[in-house]
Amino acid sequence: MATSDVAIIGVGLHPFGRYPGKSALQMGEDAVFEALTDAGVEWSQIQALYVGSMEVKNPEAIVGLLGLTGIPGRAVFTGCATGATSLAMAANAIKLGEHDLTIAIGLDKHPRGAFSDHPSVSGLPDWYGEAGLFLTTHFFGMKIQRYMHDHGITSRTLARVAARALRNGEANPKAWRRKAISEDEVLNSAVLNHPLTQYMYCGPNEGAAAAILCRADQAHRYTDTPIYLNASTLRSRREGAFELLSPSFPLTSAPSPTVDASREAYERAGIGPEDVDVIQLQDTDAGSEVIHLAENGFCADGEQESLVADGVTEIGGRLPVNTDGGLLANGEPVGASGLRQVYELTNQLRGRCGDRQVANAKVGYAQLYGAPGTAAVTILSR
Amino acid sequence: MPTQIPLADDLFTWPSAPSAPSAPGATTPAAPADEPALIAGRASDGSLVFPYRTHKVVGGKREELERVLLPRRGTLWTFTTQRFRPPAPPYAGDDDAESFVPFAVGYVELPGTLRVEARLTEADPDKLRIGQEMELRIVPFGKDAEGNETMIYAFAPVSDESEGEAQ
Repeated sequence: MATSDVAIIGVGLHPFGRYPGKSALQMGEDAVFEALTDAGVEWSQIQALYVGSMEVKNPEAIVGLLGLTGIPGRAVFTGCATGATSLAMAANAIKLGEHDLTIAIGLDKHPRGAFSDHPSVSGLPDWYGEAGLFLTTHFFGMKIQRYMHDHGITSRTLARVAARALRNGEANPKAWRRKAISEDEVLNSAVLNHPLTQYMYCGPNEGAAAAILCRADQAHRYTDTPIYLNASTLRSRREGAFELLSPSFPLTSAPSPTVDASREAYERAGIGPEDVDVIQLQDTDAGSEVIHLAENGFCADGEQESLVADGVTEIGGRLPVNTDGGLLANGEPVGASGLRQVYELTNQLRGRCGDRQVANAKVGYAQLYGAPGTAAVTILSR
Repeated sequence: MPTQIPLADDLFTWPSAPSAPSAPGATTPAAPADEPALIAGRASDGSLVFPYRTHKVVGGKREELERVLLPRRGTLWTFTTQRFRPPAPPYAGDDDAESFVPFAVGYVELPGTLRVEARLTEADPDKLRIGQEMELRIVPFGKDAEGNETMIYAFAPVSDESEGEAQ
């Protein structure tokens, strides 16, 4: 493992869910206080903040709740990859020598239902939205449909993935969906975008998460169990990749940005997929998790069919995926979702996950993917 | 009978013959009025852009694109169904939560050119198959503010009679 300049010394989470009457900033405040308590530092010691949100235009206004100390605060947004970006920027400020102690925060509060916006925000023409095509959901149905055709994945495997996520959520006191359901119930729930059913999709919701970072050589001042940031990469789509919100794409194929971000992250960390003990993948839908297992190097295309059936992706298996229930059990407040992954991995690497604990986890891996074809990978170790 | 108009300009040739090439010297293949085609932009390196736009950066230079027509037939590359009414706006279908009719959407691989996203005229996933032959249609979509019927492009399975049969 390559050495790291930056350590995480505290994490906090405002559980994802629905909180009528509570603002995204207030949820962020709760997550930050948990992280400060965890790190054993006071807000007045924090030297810079990076805050991600989709719904809140100036999420750095959270300083109004935390304390007006005059420090630099920056809003961050890279779609579903926002959490990884706020973490990376907070880490880079330390690497550059600008600061010794920084915080990454994510907070959001989405209305119910599929995300909606004007197509122009993604550089697309009006008619694309009028026609009912400016949606991310149907892309996921089309990507897994093609993948199942090419690699022999069955709907049963998609149902197993969703059922496992909800089982892990049941064991996670902070999860949103805490009721396990059977594979048959998953398969028999309403079809949203064939072959994906209602329980195979995550839902946009509300919540917040935070992580406090410091110089690696100072981490032991704060904690006996610093978690090191070994790699943080982000890649955008390449010409030819099959991506969200594309009225057309060329016949020449290119890998997904996840593949690019993953390869670069392994290279920077100086490890391979075989070295990873606990995994977080973007499971916007069950099909995405299946595809992301291969895109992040954890298996060959098509191998998921047997891996999932044999329990390899369960908490006790060789490739424990989304041990906290992932997006399927936690929902997705976009600005916070990536830091929810970091929260779970940090706790897993510190051995604090109780019934969900992966035995002797030393290396954690988190991947995010979203519009407009952006992927991020974070590698952590203890 | 309401007037039928395209949902947007420069998307497809319909109902009349294709418009004149926009670039001097550009050649746009003719298409009969009853055989509509999607309009793309072609750069000097041969790369194609759909939907058509006037310019693209190629090799570091911004160049004007030639208007070309895409093949009318291709094969279904992937598909899904849209079973819930898309959030409106931006969705502008002439329906509401009760009257919304689920539709299918897919990518059709048009030989030698692009994979194009489109609505499909067949909404039953059991009657769709990756690799099946598809052909462009211009179909009614909704209504504009003046009460005109808006028309959209969609792809239809080529042989309606063979649907559902073993291939």
